[in-house]
Amino acid sequence: MTQIPDFSGTPAAELRGVVKRYGPVTALAGVDLSVQPGEVVALLGPNGAGKTTAVQLLLGLGRPGEGTARLFGRDPREVAARRRIGAMLQVSKVPETLKVREHIDLVSSYYPRPLPLPEILAAAGISGLENRLFGKLSGGQRQRVLFALALCGDPDLLFLDEPTVGLDVEARRGFWDHIRAKAGEGRTVLLTTHYLEEADALADRIILLHQGRILAEGTPAEIKARVGGRVVRCRTRIPVEEVAFLPGVREARRRGEDLEIFTQTAEAVLRELLARDAGLSGLEVRGAGLEDAFLALTGTSETVLASKEVAA
Amino acid sequence: MSAQTVSLWRIYTLESKYEILKMLRLPMYVIPTISFPLVFYILFGVALRHGSSEIGTYMMASYGAFGVMNAALFGFGVGVAVERGQGWMVFKRATPMPPLAWILGRLTMCVLFSGVVVGLLFAAGALAGGVRLEPGAWLSLSAVLILGALPFAACGLAIGFWAGPNSASAVINLAALPTAFASGMWIPIQMLPRLLQRIAEFLPPYHYAQLALSRVGMNRGELNLGRSLTVLGLFTVASIVFAWIGWRRDEGKTFG
Repeated sequence: MTQIPDFSGTPAAELRGVVKRYGPVTALAGVDLSVQPGEVVALLGPNGAGKTTAVQLLLGLGRPGEGTARLFGRDPREVAARRRIGAMLQVSKVPETLKVREHIDLVSSYYPRPLPLPEILAAAGISGLENRLFGKLSGGQRQRVLFALALCGDPDLLFLDEPTVGLDVEARRGFWDHIRAKAGEGRTVLLTTHYLEEADALADRIILLHQGRILAEGTPAEIKARVGGRVVRCRTRIPVEEVAFLPGVREARRRGEDLEIFTQTAEAVLRELLARDAGLSGLEVRGAGLEDAFLALTGTSETVLASKEVAA
Repeated sequence: MSAQTVSLWRIYTLESKYEILKMLRLPMYVIPTISFPLVFYILFGVALRHGSSEIGTYMMASYGAFGVMNAALFGFGVGVAVERGQGWMVFKRATPMPPLAWILGRLTMCVLFSGVVVGLLFAAGALAGGVRLEPGAWLSLSAVLILGALPFAACGLAIGFWAGPNSASAVINLAALPTAFASGMWIPIQMLPRLLQRIAEFLPPYHYAQLALSRVGMNRGELNLGRSLTVLGLFTVASIVFAWIGWRRDEGKTFG
């Protein structure tokens, strides 16, 4: 997927100096980001990072407290600005007593040049389901219908907010193929995800969001080098300060009696550890979740969420 | 970029069509909305009228008002609360849907259901309730009844924006059933205790029922057309304002 982004014109989507607070919670604490036409950008971050808020401001669903949100240079709250976009949001339920075809027909009517129904169905992989009531669909099929509703108006810019959340591995990969096919047509895509693997599989550029701030930005390869890796956990008498300076160790910290090490080169680090401490015990190695990676990046020592989000 | 045009007419038509289809396939809405007023009317206005065409006529108008009020309150209140709770409303706001399209669609649906309720009551009234009216009276009664969908649709909209998806239906029942009773929609207002009759003067459904009853010459005392219209007008405006505040409040909320 090598797009040549068009850097000449106005960005397809842009946040400038955006701050958004919900009561005492600061969802976005000064975010600048822009998506150029033709680019596929992933907003990557753990839950609560501010990804959904960023998307909602770009969709005109709220006003930034400070700063501006723009779609093709226009205020996203204008209906005309939104005629060029399609959005797949985290909707828990769609009215269940309408058929797939009927939902698509209605949403298509909002757009000046909607795609023909068969094309929409094929692009979302739901051909043959058009006469089913939404309420009779499986979880994966529902997700695909939401995708179909996002692309039915043939938008220039596609927003996908956590498009594969709740899907199993196989369904997720199948879904990626459909997203990739749409992106391959030169369409601009802004997606949010908390799976590094998903951002890697789909995006030209990844923006790392953490606690309402942009932590890093780069190509998937650059970002992977920074946040990919493994977490080694063990009980050892080697002092944490010493471990922190071993080659390949990004971050080492105490976890109760254990030591937790975040590294890109788990094998080499293990070899070194075992060589220095023959009595090392309770060894455990796992893929690093995004939270681990963010901790390593920010060096803050808040509680690590259990990393159940190891991308499959 | 070519001119970006969409047909507003087509959007409103489709929005209405699918709103109607959506509700038609929802027995939870259709059955109570259509059968409650009809069953009550057959019980109290037909079976217990003891040959009196007066009772049959009064109750046809009053249950008509009750039926329309219910169709509008539930159609808007529960529908909006549920779709808000599921995030569907947020999705719609993110699309280029013209802002009022879904409200117009829902209103068309409520007016249609109101028409069905009124039509069935009229049929029961003419066939079994001993109701005999001039053609003009039938017409003006149906017009008043169906126009009554507007203030209660607005009220339902406000409830939909403030009540949760699971509580909306309870809120509406708690508010609508006692007020309908106190407004003389179930049994003639003259038969209610004096205190309730006093209270009724402050209830929008009472004024709605009185306007409907005035079409068949059975309103209580002198009809104060201006006052009744003012009460209903203020009620509608207040509901729209509350709905609007609720809509704005939703905007400030975080989702997901």
